[in-house]
Amino acid sequence: MKIFPFGTLNGMLVIMKRFLRSYPSDISQRSKTGALLKTGPDATVAAERASVQQKGLITVEYPEVKIKPPENFRFIPFLLYEPVLDASGKPIVDAATGKEEMGVERCTACGICAKVCPPQCIWIVRAVGDDGKPKPKAAEFFIDIDVCMNCGFCAEFCPFDAIKMDNDYELAGYERHINHIYDYPTLLKSTTYYESIKPTDYANEEAARRAKEEAKAKKAAPAKETKKA
Amino acid sequence: MAVFSPETARIAKSQAIYSKAFDAESVGALLKQGVPGAVTSTSSAGIVVDGAKIVDTLTWLKNSPELAYDYFNQVTAVDWADKFEVVYHVSSTGRGGPPLALKVNLNDKENPVIDSAGSVYYGALQQEREVYDFFGINFAGHPNLRRIFMWEGFDGYPLRKAYKEAYYEQDHKPFETRWDQGHHIIIEDRVPWHDNVVYSKNFDPTTYKQIREIARVAPNINEGDVKALKTQPVVISLGPQHPSTHGVFRMIVTLDGETVMALEPIFGYLHRNHEKIGERNTFYMNVPFTDRLDYLSGMCMETGYVIAVEKMLGIKPPERAEYLRVIMNELTRIVSHAFGGIGQVYSDLGAFFTPIVIYGLEERELILDLLESASGSRMMCNYMRFGGVWRDVPDGWLDIAKELVHNRLPKVVDEMETYLVHNEIFDVRAKKIGVLPPDLAVNFGVSGPMLRGSGVKYDLRRADPYSIYDRFDFDIPVGTNGDIYDRMYVRIKEMRESIKILKQALKGIPNGETLAGKKAYSFKVPKGDVYSHIEAPRGEFGWYVVSDNGHTPYRYHVRAGDFVNLATMEQMCVGHKIGDLVGVLGSVDIIMGSVDR
Repeated sequence: MKIFPFGTLNGMLVIMKRFLRSYPSDISQRSKTGALLKTGPDATVAAERASVQQKGLITVEYPEVKIKPPENFRFIPFLLYEPVLDASGKPIVDAATGKEEMGVERCTACGICAKVCPPQCIWIVRAVGDDGKPKPKAAEFFIDIDVCMNCGFCAEFCPFDAIKMDNDYELAGYERHINHIYDYPTLLKSTTYYESIKPTDYANEEAARRAKEEAKAKKAAPAKETKKA
Repeated sequence: MAVFSPETARIAKSQAIYSKAFDAESVGALLKQGVPGAVTSTSSAGIVVDGAKIVDTLTWLKNSPELAYDYFNQVTAVDWADKFEVVYHVSSTGRGGPPLALKVNLNDKENPVIDSAGSVYYGALQQEREVYDFFGINFAGHPNLRRIFMWEGFDGYPLRKAYKEAYYEQDHKPFETRWDQGHHIIIEDRVPWHDNVVYSKNFDPTTYKQIREIARVAPNINEGDVKALKTQPVVISLGPQHPSTHGVFRMIVTLDGETVMALEPIFGYLHRNHEKIGERNTFYMNVPFTDRLDYLSGMCMETGYVIAVEKMLGIKPPERAEYLRVIMNELTRIVSHAFGGIGQVYSDLGAFFTPIVIYGLEERELILDLLESASGSRMMCNYMRFGGVWRDVPDGWLDIAKELVHNRLPKVVDEMETYLVHNEIFDVRAKKIGVLPPDLAVNFGVSGPMLRGSGVKYDLRRADPYSIYDRFDFDIPVGTNGDIYDRMYVRIKEMRESIKILKQALKGIPNGETLAGKKAYSFKVPKGDVYSHIEAPRGEFGWYVVSDNGHTPYRYHVRAGDFVNLATMEQMCVGHKIGDLVGVLGSVDIIMGSVDR
């Protein structure tokens, strides 16, 4: 039998180095939140812990502690609606469901998301008015999240900023044919939620929209004046 | 070592001159004299060769001292309405430069036959099996012409245009049932074949027996080399559920005691016909699918495909996008080498729970966090677009990347080298095991760290530069013996070179646009074909894309580096113990996503 003392010892040395190094940072980060003996660092230091500067332990204890996903993170699309605002400009929250009251849905059922979708997991039924003509509104909207490959093309090409990628990645369920086919009511989420997960994107889009509206108003204003004259 | 020597500059320059001198037209002119009657026509897209003379042509190209086309990139076929077109790409490891395309028209659609190129390039044998499997083209003189990805009872040839797969809806996406009256249907409810199985005509499932024995002993190996014990050879099936086969890969191994006598790799357990899916998709839709090929290096896969289509469209990404591509590619290479190329080998040799491999994951996490915050996903990045990248990196991203590249990664690579490569246990397990001589490696079309481990200085970033790799200063590390040890050491050295490139790219990245032109989700691509290859962490990945001026590719073929590399398994393993086989397989560094496609 051959023995490799140096190879084995070297390996042990590395383990020892890591073992000792993991303590100082862990203790200081735990004591920061006053939870020295609890499960681990809380969400405030989670980001610090998973950063380039971290010297010791780099892990956090999921699911007690969660690292906030970056803004660009994308997982399963959702549809946006504008919430109804009260007099002070705050969205009205329905007490029974906890959801914000639905104002205008942004989706016009133009079908671009269904056309760009690489695995073709979006199904849309266009709404039809009483006169039999199609309306710019979706009557039904399905996304099969088992088929969705999270590429984000639907959000990228939507001309109305109506479909966006979510940050919620905990989707486990007990059944796949009912739970994993998202219908229209499940997909709709308010713009306040969107603002909370992707503030930069939201601010940019709102600025672009406002600029567009202003340009439109400017164009319309002189035309009105000439009419008056 | 680290300095960009005048010699490498000279080589790079001379390669540029060489490749200019031998474009398809000038080679065609030389071929007309060398092999009379072989060339039918010549254009800048390639040389059309007479089918009967293809082996003569390839032999002449390989043996010609000035052309020296010694490297076989790929063979594939295109199913046109009136003919099959077999397309070969060959290049030269000595000269570098873009590959030469040779095309053969087979007008007999009922029974297409062509001579096998396996006698000239060993590497052709495995890829010809793939063409036979997908197109039903017979290669005369092929010693082992069997299906490779599909099983023996499979009916039809899937890449022929007439073939319709299960759950077939339409020839091209988007499918009409999705909008504007699209009700969701669960796919299993639409089973078109009822039992979902169709057998080919002369196949009887009740009498089917799997091929279980390999009677032959591997070629060019003396039976005397294998130390003969007085035992009967045993045939065992290693995989597809074996933990060391990295997914669902299987090898049939003939053993004499513990010594490997013969070996045959069996593919297809993760086959999903990426190429057929690619032909149903529009050009744009294919980008996220390429991530699923070699999923440890998704960014490289995207870059390769995007460059191929950009060549057809004739667009060029802006400067900042080119830099971002290089940064993403090199970050991915480090992740892939650290986790796949190095971590897997150690885990196969029984050292997964020795610390470095696990600790290497820390840096992998940090790099993946960077990829995630830039692209939105850790591995399935979907970041590259035709004419640039998805969007600019967020604020502060470059600073984190600089911190990582300058302060953290070099330390990890040093640690890996000290504790892993200069380790006596690893020396015993890896030195002089799984040796692949350089001439054999080139003849098999082996690429990537495996080829360089055998001592062949051939890196596509230098030999046929793509993107802006010609601007950076880096070395091409090579091994000397071509054993497991050298392949590993080349990977570690390559991580250093990647860090070197990253330092330069992060310093030189300009401000500006990241996407050229207007975004469009569906567009026509001009008629023509292109073969574009990149140096991925697992060797040469090439995309052969044919367009017939439509929204979808007419033919979409991927040349996967690790699939081709696997052809050499038998050469490397025969004569060694079965315990070493696992280490050799680890050093090939396969990802089944791209092997089986």
